[in-house]
Amino acid sequence: MYNYDSYDRALVQARVHQFRDQVSRRLNGRLSEEEFLPLRLQNGVYLQRHAYMLRVAIPYGTLSSDQLRTLAFIADQYDRGYGHFTTRQNIQFNWIELEQVPDILQLLADNDMHAIQTSGNCVRNITTEAFSGVAADELIDPRPLAEIMRQWSTVNPEFLFLPRKFKIAISSSESDRAAVRSHDIGLYLYPGKSGEMLLRVMVGGGLGRTPILNETVREALPWQHLLTYVEAILRVYNRYGRRDNKYKARIKILVRSLGVDAFSEEVEREWEQIRDGAAELTKEEYFRVAQDFSAPHYENVDPVDLDFGAWLARDSGFSTWVRNNTQPHKVPGYVSVVLSTKPGASAPPGDVTGDQMRAVAELADKYGFGEVRVAHEQNLVFPDVRKRDLYALWIALQNHHLATPNIGLLTDVIACPGGDYCSLANTRSLPVARDIQQRFENLDFLHDLGPLSLNISGCMNACGHHHIGNIGILGVSKNGEEFFQITIGGAQGKDSALGRVIGPAFKVDEVPEAIDRLLQVYLRYREADEPFVDVVRRLGVGPFKEEVYRKSGVDQEVAQ
Amino acid sequence: MNNVIGLVDGVAECLADDPWRLDDGEKGSSTGESVIVTLERWKAALCGGEAGGASNHGVVLGPDDDPAELRAAIGRIPIIALQFPSFRDGRAYSQANLLRTRYGFKGDLRAIGDVLRDQLVLMRHCGFTSFAVRSDKCVVDALKGFDGCDMVYARSVATPEPLYRRRVRGGQSQEAGGHE
Repeated sequence: MYNYDSYDRALVQARVHQFRDQVSRRLNGRLSEEEFLPLRLQNGVYLQRHAYMLRVAIPYGTLSSDQLRTLAFIADQYDRGYGHFTTRQNIQFNWIELEQVPDILQLLADNDMHAIQTSGNCVRNITTEAFSGVAADELIDPRPLAEIMRQWSTVNPEFLFLPRKFKIAISSSESDRAAVRSHDIGLYLYPGKSGEMLLRVMVGGGLGRTPILNETVREALPWQHLLTYVEAILRVYNRYGRRDNKYKARIKILVRSLGVDAFSEEVEREWEQIRDGAAELTKEEYFRVAQDFSAPHYENVDPVDLDFGAWLARDSGFSTWVRNNTQPHKVPGYVSVVLSTKPGASAPPGDVTGDQMRAVAELADKYGFGEVRVAHEQNLVFPDVRKRDLYALWIALQNHHLATPNIGLLTDVIACPGGDYCSLANTRSLPVARDIQQRFENLDFLHDLGPLSLNISGCMNACGHHHIGNIGILGVSKNGEEFFQITIGGAQGKDSALGRVIGPAFKVDEVPEAIDRLLQVYLRYREADEPFVDVVRRLGVGPFKEEVYRKSGVDQEVAQ
Repeated sequence: MNNVIGLVDGVAECLADDPWRLDDGEKGSSTGESVIVTLERWKAALCGGEAGGASNHGVVLGPDDDPAELRAAIGRIPIIALQFPSFRDGRAYSQANLLRTRYGFKGDLRAIGDVLRDQLVLMRHCGFTSFAVRSDKCVVDALKGFDGCDMVYARSVATPEPLYRRRVRGGQSQEAGGHE
């Protein structure tokens, strides 16, 4: 992973010093809340319902075991013993005192971390998929360019007061696991005819109250032009994006109103002016950064491990976990392991305690190369584990409740923190997640259902990415009462799609029954191993809607 | 203008006797020395050939104005003021960048409006050379905004080469030990 040098360290240290001064000016009243607001947001500090929340950046979801130990320390020392991993590969601490934030940021800086631009109307954490560098189906490792963009966007003076937040994701695998199409800029990295790195640049995606998948504005952009091209897009957005209405301020609205062709022309015109200057990327810089992502010293292991095979045959619990919670690795004899942060009703999705973090750090040192990834599905990943270590690792993870074999299944719920924490949310998403996880805890049933993503957002801002869940649940408030609207057919990846609303919203206690009925329709109509989302695509919403709203005593409420 | 900070040989200082004033729009008020007029008036003066007018005047651009409009006469404009209607409105940063890097403006580039201590270094990076601090704020206090955190990775008007180009050179000298 990327190692900070003296420049990187100097920047995060100077930033802590600056924010400490700003906090003290806020506390003694010399800085008004209005003036302080964007400053704290750009340092990751959010005011929630009960307390301040601090969102720490985990660039493209990569952590060292020592950095994870630092996060564990913060969870124990400054929060209530846990942290919440987010859908943008960051971590949030929900119970923070403003006075202590500078000390926490100091701890982060001393461990080559920061919370810069994890909030606010600026370029946010650059994300990629959790298996980058190791996935069997990866074309090119996207992490060096992700890190180069992280540096470029950090404290970039021209683009810190954009019309609205700005999210960039980059992916380079056959099946896009970074949800690039729902980002303001989605980048797809692929090799050209002679192996050179090219980028497809997609602009204008976003969820929120106007969900839109982004559209291609540039094909085959040579990698050297990445920064100038992004600069051109941001300059066009900064100048012409709407600022009169925060709900119309994302770049997707600008792209829509101009039309993607006119928008692309505008960007190209801007880019032509800056493409061949000092901001063109150099090979030296690429290799300087890329060497930090070079492969660790993999052992030359026999891809067929007899012990591993024997355990698979002997222990069905183990083989189920291996089938569900591991990913193919490009190196024979290795796999990537996904640690489920969704044990069921006992803990909210993405919540991990300080003790668990320390245990994960230790296991990463013991069975991996001391590296941990955060997946945008809010789970943790060990990128490099030898197959022969899997059994011991599985036993250890069970002790820490991180081995639930439900990755990619219905109970691998993606959920925002909702109204229990967030002051934007108008409904509580966590109780819905809990009820669903409780109702469908039978593993055999879950495995029979097969791959099925369920995403829950507590409000229109869509932090739970409900639009791209195979089943999406959106909390809406009507006369102070919570209702939940269900969409089906959403998907991320290569066949990204936005879900469609099945009908009137449900009360919280009706949701599990409605989900159950959706599943019954699926089981009735599926052919062979056809996944849920394919059946929705084939049949449309009709049969699902009919069954869910069939007269049954379920009170229907018209709440949109 | 009052409450103005200027860069004198690159160093930020309070300017005691800043001569410039914004044209208040009243008839005749745009005559005389050291007036900053709106883009509309400036264009009218330019076309109408008001004797000595346009060439002495500064121009103020609103955030919607296109700085390209000044291109033709850019060498004759002594000062351009860019407005921050709110410090959270970042359009003037891009306008400043364009005026310096694309249209070659060499005169004084002034930030006006909601100009506050904590954004001054960003403005300086984007090419501003003077700063009319919001009138209810203490200009001496605002000066402190130039101390401290001023590092950026990307190129800016103030540092035309991005860090990775400077880093390479640094890497050959004393910074060599920094990176493994």
